Amino acid sequence: MSRPKAHGLQPVGSNDHNIDPTKNIKYRQALTNMYYFDPHIHMVSRTTDDYETLAKMGCVGMSEPAFWAGFDRGSVDSFRDYFCQLTDFEQKRAGMYGLKHFTWMCINAKEAENVQLSREVIKIIPDFLDCPNVLGIGEIGLNKNTKNEATIFLEHIDLAVEYSQQILIHTPHLEDKFQGTRMILDMLNGDSRLERNRVLVDHVEEHTVRHVLDDGYWAGMTLYPVSKCTPARAVDLIEMYGPERLLVNSAGDWGPSKPTAVPDFILEMRRRGHPESLVRKIVYENPIEFFSQSSNFSFTPPNVPEAAIQ
Amino acid sequence: MPQPMPAPDVLDREFLEIRAKLLEVAASFDRIDRGEGSVEGDPRMALYREALETLLSDQPNRAEQIQQIFSRQYEESWRTKFGV
Ligand SMILES: [Zn+2]
Repeated sequence: MSRPKAHGLQPVGSNDHNIDPTKNIKYRQALTNMYYFDPHIHMVSRTTDDYETLAKMGCVGMSEPAFWAGFDRGSVDSFRDYFCQLTDFEQKRAGMYGLKHFTWMCINAKEAENVQLSREVIKIIPDFLDCPNVLGIGEIGLNKNTKNEATIFLEHIDLAVEYSQQILIHTPHLEDKFQGTRMILDMLNGDSRLERNRVLVDHVEEHTVRHVLDDGYWAGMTLYPVSKCTPARAVDLIEMYGPERLLVNSAGDWGPSKPTAVPDFILEMRRRGHPESLVRKIVYENPIEFFSQSSNFSFTPPNVPEAAIQ
Repeated sequence: MPQPMPAPDVLDREFLEIRAKLLEVAASFDRIDRGEGSVEGDPRMALYREALETLLSDQPNRAEQIQQIFSRQYEESWRTKFGV
């Protein structure tokens, strides 16, 4: 029996059009860096070399939500020190490479299981809200979708409303994501004090993105090697839902993660032939539009043409 | 929003990648089979089976459906249950 000739049994992209960089505008663009923001990255877990690499790849700034350090902290003083690191030291490290560093304050969903400690931490957060790089409250959210986590989530929302802060939200991982995202949306939708366009719900995937966007919130796609989105699937979501109110981030942290994942997304957009204006909207204009709603956000675009930074 | 790559181009670009991913899954199943003991009753194996059946369907949102297969159920009444 003769089998059909296996289609594609040659190197991927082996037709001339795809491999000749002089003929293909997409590949020329792929060699040029584009300015971008990483709206969710945990630089406290990264080295100074990473700041340098990000700057070389076109990153102009980042926002760093407060998160779980990989171990539970024992007291409110640990959080105070962490908030000092986020509002002072990280800004200086970023500044060494011309990067703008912004941050968000909270006790994360995992440690929020400890209600008493969480309430102590929430009490000190107002001390930091006037720091020039603080954009709001985050990343709050759910982890295992428990009653304690929901209680502290709601108390963070009260804090954000009281101080007129923007909100950045972590949604749970893997099998807990769908349930947790729906629970988070229930709590947000049930609060008429919130301005939905000032809230970002992060780590959306195929089964949660529609719910977040339909309810009027911003949605973030996290490019993570195993547990979240890949660059290709993130581009799929852009193609299916359009570019409005969508952000992409690396969530680079202490675990397996890639701080340069946003440039991977940019490359995938270009390889598929999406226009530069669309890529730029998602990785640069959208973050600026969202962050600009925070009174502490200020940003002057670099005075260097993008092509010069490759 | 239109997808700029025509279907044949997507297939050209991704043929070897998809082939490699299928092989990885096949080899993983073989590895489970070769190991001592049995996982037949493990509910995760049933999830795999359901996901594979979804792959063979011709619906447009297979990725979303597979996400749902691996998700815990959401109950609308959770707030009453928790009292929050
Ligand atoms: Zn995070």
